[in-house]
Amino acid sequence: MSSVNTAMVEKYRNNFLKEVSDNVEEGEWVRMCMQCGVCSGSCPLGPHWEHPPQELFMMIRANKREEVLSSTSMWMCTSCYNCMVRCPRELPITHIMHGLAHYAKRLGLAPKEQPTNKFSQMFWNNLVQTGRVNELKLGLALYFMNGFSEGIKMSMKMRPIGQGMFFTGRMAPMEILGGHGVKDQKGFHAMLKKAEELEAARVGAHV
Amino acid sequence: MTEVVATNQTIVVVGGGISGMTAALEAAECGKQVILIEKNPSLGGRVSQLYKYFPKLCFPTCGLEINLRRIKANPNISLLTLAEVTAVSGQAGDYSLTVKIAPRYINSNCTACGACADAVESTFPNEFNYNLNQRKGAYLPFNMAYPQRFVIDPRMIGTADADKAKAACKFEAIDLDMQPEELKLKAGAIIWATGWQPYDANKIQPYGYDRFANVITSVELERMMDPQGPTGGKLVRPSDGKEAKDIAFIQCAGSRDRNYLKHCSRICCMASLKQSTYPREKFGAEGKSTIYYIDIRAIDRFEDFYQKVQADTTVNFIKSKVASITLDKATQNPILNGNDLEKSGTGKDMRYSNAHDLVVLAVGMQPSVDFKAMNLGLSVNDEGFIELDPANGGQFAAGCASDALDVNRAVQNATASALRAIQVINQVANAEG
Ligand SMILES: Cc1cc2nc3c(=O)[nH]c(=O)nc-3n(C[C@H](O)[C@H](O)[C@H](O)COP(=O)(O)OP(=O)(O)OC[C@H]3O[C@@H](n4cnc5c(N)ncnc54)[C@H](O)[C@@H]3O)c2cc1C
Ligand code: SF4
Ligand code: SF4
Repeated sequence: MSSVNTAMVEKYRNNFLKEVSDNVEEGEWVRMCMQCGVCSGSCPLGPHWEHPPQELFMMIRANKREEVLSSTSMWMCTSCYNCMVRCPRELPITHIMHGLAHYAKRLGLAPKEQPTNKFSQMFWNNLVQTGRVNELKLGLALYFMNGFSEGIKMSMKMRPIGQGMFFTGRMAPMEILGGHGVKDQKGFHAMLKKAEELEAARVGAHV
Repeated sequence: MTEVVATNQTIVVVGGGISGMTAALEAAECGKQVILIEKNPSLGGRVSQLYKYFPKLCFPTCGLEINLRRIKANPNISLLTLAEVTAVSGQAGDYSLTVKIAPRYINSNCTACGACADAVESTFPNEFNYNLNQRKGAYLPFNMAYPQRFVIDPRMIGTADADKAKAACKFEAIDLDMQPEELKLKAGAIIWATGWQPYDANKIQPYGYDRFANVITSVELERMMDPQGPTGGKLVRPSDGKEAKDIAFIQCAGSRDRNYLKHCSRICCMASLKQSTYPREKFGAEGKSTIYYIDIRAIDRFEDFYQKVQADTTVNFIKSKVASITLDKATQNPILNGNDLEKSGTGKDMRYSNAHDLVVLAVGMQPSVDFKAMNLGLSVNDEGFIELDPANGGQFAAGCASDALDVNRAVQNATASALRAIQVINQVANAEG
């Protein structure tokens, strides 16, 4: 667990609602939920996740910190916005879902094997190297995400698409050697570092 | 020409529902001069469109009859029907009102024999039944209508049917040349008792009121239960006339929702609890009701009623705001989709997709008049109801013009408004010596 996490536990002790309110994007809205259930009933992923939005909001109020932050549920949100347009209290539910996922990630509590989380990390790692997404490497990494044999199967299945992209100039095979990037890579990395510092300072301000 | 005497010691009551009748009677029985102005051809308002009345489950006709008798017997009340107030100027103790009166085309000779209705063929949507059936172009709005006088629909004027109606009347009551009138009235105080209207269910898209025949509103259900109503009192589905034995009620349809009406309409929980007794009344133990709710708001003494309904095994409660309605095309059954909150946190699957014969939307209440647009110098809240505010001068709200209220509270509120109006008139009288 990260030191930020320990500091947050220390600071908010028994008030997870306040912690969410202070630190999660749009988290201050959680207290407005009246537990009507329309969001949960409107979610197309309903059958697939453990805690639908209304339940997550109830758990936040009930101080179920560990269960909420380590949950895979908010990572399942596809941003369809069904819940958000129907919520009678106009909670920005979709944004809260992503806010919760992001916060859990920052604290190091996000479930590592959750595919969205895993892929997001992969995307990020890929992007920060040169400042440009390397489609070829990212695609391959994605195919082999669940092991070697799965990766081969997936690659075979996707071959026609890959070929199509190649012939239309959408994917360059030479990218495998390193790939293109932004002009000023040094400056780009310096900027990322600065952003990280700012973020740390912002989180630190709440600790 | 319509003749009424009005001075600055007159109280004008706008709206002849239960609240307006009450306010008019309280003031008139204290000796004040009252002009009662009703937009419809008859007094009675929305209470006259209810089948039964909570909490006693008696028929509203009886309360209505008592009030109508008191009005008939009171010479201090002048009644104008088919009349609307279009402008107000002045201040407490000295108001001038403009009133528009639409022609009824039938004068006071009418004995309500009904020969004109028999003679005509044209029909129009019956507004008293929320347009669920048709009525004749010459008609009595409903059996207990007051005044007991027929009306000719203006859309029939100029047709052969209008002449047939005229020819059929033995009492020379039909005057097809009647014209709209505009009156100027004086008043010392004004009571707004213009009541409410049901929230437009078409706006609640996920519930498909505009798409599914078997999704109706609570006000329509009241009409369907009435033996004089569009189905002759049969509880049947609009799509196929099949008996509706399994009815779902969706609470807060358009209320407590920032997408629609922000306020709690306060009466719809009780209205659905009352209506959950209807399937049982019609079909005994085979009649089933399911109420989908966020929380049941049976305020103060109505809790007793709630408990009685809870004890009824034919009524089922599901804590959930329904997310959407879909249609089973084969059976025409609406299917309600959502999550059952009582299962939240238990690890059980919360989802449901429940089919019912008929769905009733417990629609919210909103003011029937846009007071802000009328520019009356009144303090009007975000929901459009009139606030109690000294700045309103000699104008007061009674009943559902002031808030979403049940009949009991509407009547209490109307009595209070009558007393306030009387005080204004007494001040005028004292000043004039
Ligand atoms: C489904 C349902 C069931 C209900 N059941 C019950 C029940 O069982 N028991 C209970 O206590 N309550 C019940 N209610 C509530 C009840 O209907 C209201 O409390 C009652 O109608 C309030 O009366 P009112 O006179 O204030 O308004 P209204 O009944 O709306 O009367 C207003 C009158 O003003 C007239 N008017 C409107 N605008 C103008 C204008 N510009 N100029 C002149 N006249 C105008 C109208 O034509 C009408 O006659 C129910 C409500 C609903 C929705
Ligand atoms: S729809 Fe809105 S108010 Fe209802 S449970 Fe979901 S977040 Fe809460
Ligand atoms: S009275 Fe009941 S159904 Fe009506 S808005 Fe309030 S809570 Fe909803």
